[in-house]
Amino acid sequence: MPPPITLSGVSYTYEKGDRPVLREVDLTIAEGEIVLLTGPSGSGKTTLLTLVGALRAMQSGACTVLGQQLMGATESQRVALRRRIGFIFQQHNLLGFLTARQNVAMALELDPASSEATRLARAGEMLEAVGLADKTESLPGQLSGGQRQRVAVARALAARPGLVLADEPTAALDRQSGQDVVRLLTDLARQRGVPILLVTHDPRILDIADRIVAMEDGKVI
Amino acid sequence: MIAALAARLAWRQLLSNRARLVSAIAGVTFACVLVFMQLGFRAALFESASNLPRALQGELFLINPLTLVMFRPEPVARVRASQVLADPDVALSVPIYLAQTKFRNPDTGRQRTIQLIGFDPEAGAVSFQGLDSLTHALKRIDTIAFDRRSRPEFGPIAARLEQSGPFEVEVGGRAMLIVGAVSLGTSFGADGNAVMTETNFRRIVKERQPSKTDLVAIRLKPGVDAQAVKQRLSAILPPDVTVLTGAELIAWERSYWENGTPIGFIFGFGSLMGLIVGMVIVYQILFSDIATHLKEYATLKAIGYSNHYLRLVVMAAALLLALFGFIPGFLGSTALYSVVAKATLLPLGMEAARALSVFGMIFAMCAIAGLLAMRKLGEANPADMF
Repeated sequence: MPPPITLSGVSYTYEKGDRPVLREVDLTIAEGEIVLLTGPSGSGKTTLLTLVGALRAMQSGACTVLGQQLMGATESQRVALRRRIGFIFQQHNLLGFLTARQNVAMALELDPASSEATRLARAGEMLEAVGLADKTESLPGQLSGGQRQRVAVARALAARPGLVLADEPTAALDRQSGQDVVRLLTDLARQRGVPILLVTHDPRILDIADRIVAMEDGKVI
Repeated sequence: MIAALAARLAWRQLLSNRARLVSAIAGVTFACVLVFMQLGFRAALFESASNLPRALQGELFLINPLTLVMFRPEPVARVRASQVLADPDVALSVPIYLAQTKFRNPDTGRQRTIQLIGFDPEAGAVSFQGLDSLTHALKRIDTIAFDRRSRPEFGPIAARLEQSGPFEVEVGGRAMLIVGAVSLGTSFGADGNAVMTETNFRRIVKERQPSKTDLVAIRLKPGVDAQAVKQRLSAILPPDVTVLTGAELIAWERSYWENGTPIGFIFGFGSLMGLIVGMVIVYQILFSDIATHLKEYATLKAIGYSNHYLRLVVMAAALLLALFGFIPGFLGSTALYSVVAKATLLPLGMEAARALSVFGMIFAMCAIAGLLAMRKLGEANPADMF
């Protein structure tokens, strides 16, 4: 079984930028591995995450994610790959007009074979797993910041992704709820054997990782 | 399946902001009522314009080719009515005299222009509702029958007839006895109608030469092909008359109002304005909905929803607004039609074909607004989410 993520010689330059934000990056993440990506802002870690997440088109190098080569991939190939990845953002980005359960079910509606009943049941199970069994019918506006981020975790894991990408998931949270959310995420991922690539510069959560990758000036050091 | 889920998402999003939803629906309803009224007036105009030709029962008609519209007819030589009798298939030909003159309201004394229609009521070429029982009374000198569907400014004629029987009024400066009421209807060319014999017509319109009539109604023998007779008559008659079938006469009258006046254009333009206003309102609503949910849309794109799906959501929202705006618009317009019809005596009513075409227009209006608003979706870039 090939590793979920393999990058070799990946470079990237923004259209407006004059120098590359990524320079010949090589990185491999193994099955079930939890990797923290740290580094000062501007070091290129977020750009790397968007490339791995197929949110941005590649410029040079090779990057294989869950068996899909992203160099030269079409928009629809990238959209298809994104369905197999769980995303967690700095902000929860839940749809304000949907309940917690409906928000989680949104990640499942992409599978045309599923039925409404199974989707809602699965969403309920996921919310139970993140400790929100009693909040399934609440709107995001009625939840605390930590609870919302836990709904986002449930949404990211609901569709049984092959990979979880997270960008500063604790940034908008206080110390305690930030740690709770990250531990919840890593526990659930470990149970399921899902690899995580997590960008952070929050020193309090460094201990959860199997490996810490530091970046500086567009390079892995 | 995907479209149904997209529509459900659109519906939930619309419901989440009730105030915005209500104003969007009100905008569509407003456009809907505006278009319904414009198209209703236009149809009523064309319909009422042809009230008179539709009440005439001839299979064929002779008119002066210079006649543009029946309330301003060019004369037809009366002798043409006799000449057509030469054709063996013609059973009957009846000259009809048309003129407009003043009618004095018996209560207020104010004068208004009324349409006079003079012909032999016994000939059976014209059958206004209520005329048959009056043919004998109309044979007396200085008598007329009044159109009960004339505008109320002529006075409560029909009510007084029912109350106290025939009474005298002043028509074209002459005292005439109203002996009864018929039912014909107003048009944009005539606010009211009075029906009488040729003789009584000429007693009011004294300057009229008896040799000049305005329209000739021709009745054919049963089972005769009207087109064939029309061809034969056209061949033998001089070019100062045109032979028309009943349908052609109605079309002739309509075409004046449709093409010879700016009225058709005005109502069409009014409808277009209504649609544009509605489209701008719907566009604004959809646009601000997308703008406020841009982050959520970008998130949906990040987790694997395609651009296509989000376009479906926007289009579904547009079409839901079309549907929920149309329903009150339709009901409101139906009610308005009957109010306006009562006030103007125009034949105004809801018709299935018009309802369907207005629904189509509102649907298209919202769809175009949706297509315009969709361009905003391009700004939802999932790469900016990190």
